[in-house]
Order: sequence, then C-alpha cells, then structure tokens
Amino acid sequence: MFHWFEQRPFFFAVLVFLFISFAGIVEVIPDFAKQSRPSVGTKPYSVLELAGRQVYIKDSCNACHSQLIRPFKSETDRYGMYSLSGEYAYDRPFLWGSKRTGPDLMRVGNYRTTDWHENHMYEPSAVVPGSIMPAYKHQFTNKADLDTAYAEAYTVKTVFATPYDQDLNGDGKIDVELGDYETAIAKAKEDAKAIAAGMKNEAIKADVEKGQIPEIVALIAYLNSLK
Amino acid sequence: MQNGAQIEYDYSVAKAFTFATILFGIIGMTIGVVLAFQLAFPQLNNLAGEYGTFSRLRPLHTNGVAFGFALSGIFAAWYYISQRVLKVSLKESPFLMAIAKLHFALYFITILLAVVTLFMGISTSKEYAELEWPLDILVVVWWVLWGISIFGLIGIRRERTLYISLWYFIATFIAVAMLYLFNNMEVPTALVSGYGSWIHSVSMYSGTNDALVQWWYGHNAVAFVFTTPIIAMIYYFLPKESGQNVYSYKLSILAFWGLLFVYLWAGGHHLIYSTVPDWMQTMGSVMSVVLILPSWGSAINMLLTMKGEWQQLQTNTLIKFMVLASTFYMLSTIEGPIQAIKSVNAIAHFTDWIPGHVHDGVLGWVVFMIMAALFHMVPRMYKREIYSKSLMDTQFWLQTTGIVLYFTSMWIAGITQGMMWRAYDEYGSLVYSFIDTVTVLHPYYTIRAVGGLLYLIGFFMFAYNIYKTIRCGRVLDKEPVNATPVAA
Repeated sequence: MFHWFEQRPFFFAVLVFLFISFAGIVEVIPDFAKQSRPSVGTKPYSVLELAGRQVYIKDSCNACHSQLIRPFKSETDRYGMYSLSGEYAYDRPFLWGSKRTGPDLMRVGNYRTTDWHENHMYEPSAVVPGSIMPAYKHQFTNKADLDTAYAEAYTVKTVFATPYDQDLNGDGKIDVELGDYETAIAKAKEDAKAIAAGMKNEAIKADVEKGQIPEIVALIAYLNSLK
Repeated sequence: MQNGAQIEYDYSVAKAFTFATILFGIIGMTIGVVLAFQLAFPQLNNLAGEYGTFSRLRPLHTNGVAFGFALSGIFAAWYYISQRVLKVSLKESPFLMAIAKLHFALYFITILLAVVTLFMGISTSKEYAELEWPLDILVVVWWVLWGISIFGLIGIRRERTLYISLWYFIATFIAVAMLYLFNNMEVPTALVSGYGSWIHSVSMYSGTNDALVQWWYGHNAVAFVFTTPIIAMIYYFLPKESGQNVYSYKLSILAFWGLLFVYLWAGGHHLIYSTVPDWMQTMGSVMSVVLILPSWGSAINMLLTMKGEWQQLQTNTLIKFMVLASTFYMLSTIEGPIQAIKSVNAIAHFTDWIPGHVHDGVLGWVVFMIMAALFHMVPRMYKREIYSKSLMDTQFWLQTTGIVLYFTSMWIAGITQGMMWRAYDEYGSLVYSFIDTVTVLHPYYTIRAVGGLLYLIGFFMFAYNIYKTIRCGRVLDKEPVNATPVAA
C-alpha cells in the first residue's frame, strides 16, 4: 500500500498532511473556548502596564523567569497560589517561560515593592548576593513606548473584545479605562508618577515629571500588577 | 538525456547554502558559548550594554543555530540529494534554477534581518517563533519557494519511486508550513490602531491557548527541523558513504509513518502541571513514550545498515561521525520520553536538565550529521579530496568530549536544582531560598561552558578543514563512489 504512495507524490503529500494534522485537531481544538474564559477578578492591563510588559519581552525576561506556579506544595509555599487558566485570559502572548534560571514571577507583585525592583534591576547582586542576573541599567535611560502600548490595548479591545472601559465587577465604575489616545496617554503618565513617587532615583522622577517615561517605571508598573 | 549517460548535476545553490551553514554555525555557536560563560561568570553580561545581556542574546543563539545553521545545512543537503535521487539536474529547468536562487537570497536576507531585529529586542517572545510579522511573511515566502523547488523537481524526475530521504523532506516541508502559519497568527497593532511601532504585533491567541499552540509548534519545530530532515540526510549519506544497503525497507516505513503520527501529540509534555486540561497533559506524556518506537526504528535501521561492516569505523572518520550521530539520536529520544513522565517532569521541568537534553540531541545528532553531510558533499561538489584526516579525527574527539561534559553537567545541575526546590526540613519549611539553588550550580555551569567551548573549537576546525579542502585539496579526476577520499 505505502509503495503505491511512494510513486505518487501528490497523494503521498496528502497522506502526510492527514497524519500530522490529526493530533492537532484532537488535542488543540476541543477546549479552546473554555480555556480563554477569564477568572473572576482578572482585569486587562493598563497602558503603562502593557508598556512594561513590552519591556519585559524586549529584554526577554521570560528567558529566565517563569510565570506559571505548578500545583505543588513546594511551589505554593514559595510563590503563592497555583496558576489558574482564567488568570491568563488577557495575556497575549502568554509568558509562562520554560526555564527558571531565576524564580517564578507569576505573583511577584504580592511580595516585592517598587523600591526593591528599582535597586534590583540596577544592580541585582547588590540586593541578592550571589545573583547571576545581569544588571538592566539601560532601562533607567531608555524610554518606554507608550504609543505602541496604547496601540496594543486598542487592538485587543477592538479585535478581541478585551473589556476595557467596562464595569467588570458590577460596582458601577469602569475597571480599566482606556478611552481615546490622548486620554490613555495622559492616564499612563499619571500612573507613572505614582510609581516614580515610590522610587529614589532623582533623574527618573524628573523624566516622569516631563512626561518622558523611562522603561524601568513601566516595567515596575507591570511587575507590581502581577498578583 | 539518454539512459546511462552521466547527468551533470548543478551544485551552485547547494554550495551557497553550504557557505551559509558554516557562517551561521560559527555565529550561533559562538553566541551559545558566550551565554554559557555568562551563567558561570555573570560579569560577562556587561560587555555590550543592553545588547550583551544573557536574555537579549538567548533568542539570537536559538534562532541562529536552528534557523541559521541547521536550516542552511538542510537546504544544502536538499539541493544536493534531490537531484541525485530523482535523477534530474537543476540545470534542466531554468525556472526551478531561478526559484532555487531566489530561495537562497531571500532566506539569507531574512536571517540577517532576524539577527538585527533580535539584537534590538524586537521579539514576540514565543520561543523559536520570536520573529515579528514582517519577517514571518518573508519566511513564508521562501518556504513556499522551497516547496515549489521540491515539487517542481519531483515533477520532472526520471526515477519514478521516491527514495526514503524524499519522504522526510516532504514531511518537513508540509509540517513546518502548517505549524509556522498557525503559531504565528498575530495582529499588527499599528495597522489596527494607527499608532505606535509598525513592526509590533499581538498574538491571536491568549494565555493557555497561546501556550498550547506555542508548544504544539515549539515541540514540533524540533521534530521537523531537528529530526525529519536530519533523518533524510542519514538515509542518503550513510548508505552512500558506507556502500551498504539500508537494512530494512519495512522498518523505514514503520518508522516514517509512525513518527509522523505520534510526534505531533507530544507537544503537551511541555505543559505538564500547567493550566492546560489534564487529559491533554496525559496524552502528551503517553505519546512521548510511544515516540520511542519510531525514533529508535530509524536509529536501529541506520546502525544495522552497518552490519558486517563495522571495521569501517576504524578506516572512515565520516562513518564514525554518522554512527555517533545515530547513537546520540537514540540517547536523546529515550531521555525525552523519560522527562515527559509526569513524576519526572515535576523535577526536571524549569531546570537545566531540559537544555541538557536539547543539547545532547542537537550537538550529538543534528550538528554531527550536518557536518558529516558537508564532509561528504564538499569533495563531490568541488571535486577535491578532504584536506586533513588528522584534523577530522581531532575534531571528532574534541567535540565528543565537549558533548559529554555538557550533558553530564546539566543532568547533575538539573536534578540538584529540582530536588533543592522541593526540599523541606523537619518543621515543614522550605530548606533553601531560591538563590541557594542558583549559587550551587556554579561548578556545573563552568563545566558546561568548557564543554561548549571544546565543541566550538571543533567547529572552527571543521570550518578550516572545509575551507582548505575547497582551496587546496588534491583535485579528484573522477567522483568517488562510496568512501570520501581524505588526505592522510
């Protein structure tokens, strides 16, 4: 039978396709809708947090840090409650990582502060002796790209119906505001001031006051949101 | 062309890809060694500002070796093998010749652009799919060109039955096309909103779904870049170099169709104990174990091809490369299923055992096979004898030592760290803080870096040997039938 296919490249290719697509159809498709349903209390990222998330991706933090707490006591003791599918509903892309050269960051916002991140990102081994993490000093001078963060928020809102400008918990208030471009950027700069208020670096504070948001400020906003 | 007449094969595109293989191999592996030393000596992160950190360099290494080095080697082998097993020359079709040249040019440009964008930190973050959407489109274009080249050459073939190597090339083409398209579904944000960077995009899938699609892709990118095309190579080069027939046709069929059916299921083993449904994790785990059968089917078929001719290991260094490659393929494909067992995965996942596993597969199997293929092809394409046997032998042992240092140190590092993460004292408290489980790895990281360095030195010896062969190897008046001639 297979010999017949070996002389007919077209049918051979079709048979190959059937063999390889079978697993994907059975495995990937059935639970697609169920898995993307958000958990109660999960909110979309603000523009400043998204800008920080883009810094996280730009510097490839996910190469060494996971964001996935497995359901073992040794992990919940160390990092907090194990991960639930719905908590990732607004993560595009997902950032689970595949290697823990450094610790998990899924709920880092629960136990690290703005001040801690500021010192740690500038010189990790000054905060954690023996750390092998590189220093990310350039994040203190490079500026975050709020425009692209707004573009991303606007895109997920319009294309994937991510619930910006909606009342999610029924308390009569909008949970995560996006609004138009001017509103969103102004809001992000206000959020940045709140973060900068918790930092020591005077140059950072001055930049934020001028409306120039250093990457580190956005990144800290993102890390603080991970809970 | 009459039967019996010698067909003049055209190797211009195969030569271009051979050059790219060596170039991207040097770049990709050098970055790999830098990364390894950075883990042992973190001060090395500060040499080039934001462009020199471990995190920024890591995607450059993975993309450089997988899509720069390995794919170039695969394409070089394709443009060499296909003409011979189909009994048709690329020269006979000016159209296919033009397609092949365009394929090379676009491919080369894409990889160069990939290097630049990844250095800049332009990335989607999805492993082995980091390239942003404009580059994805370029990739699709030259992949389609390769498809035209495959089916075009097959269309004008003189040999009716497709040889085993061609089965694997066809499977590679179709599977990667499917996987790449689905995993890189993304929406360019500037096109939708009119604001921000034009190159930025956002994934069509979110959270758990994104993870599922990513590892369905990520695992099978390994299958269809690091496995099937490499098997295609060994099925051609080992019988050719040794003068032996493939041991069993039936085993070839079983291993091929078995591999295609089972491999795609196994992606779920990257997501064990994650938030994807439990039944998917179990399927991924079970199918990974089943995968031993077709994997070992090919490897055993290759080793038994040498039956009764094992003395060639002593006389022919190339046979040594290929036999070691098959052996590492067996090691790697038994190690993977072990790591996919849930209770083992609980310890191994997120540790250095995983990169350890990847590297005994790629260094031992993929790179060894590609180097053997180049050693076989270059003397025939340039009609010259290989420059130095002693260089080949030294390279072989240097690199083998390098691999052994690499995977043994990573086994120990991974299991040590996995056990320390879960250690409790008698009061029910965690024994180690995270940093304790990092500093303990320093000796193993150092050994691994040295292993990687040995391997890299071996690769430079390989590049030098190939260069000298092309420049000043003794000219051959006719093509060698089997064993490739090597100057003593």
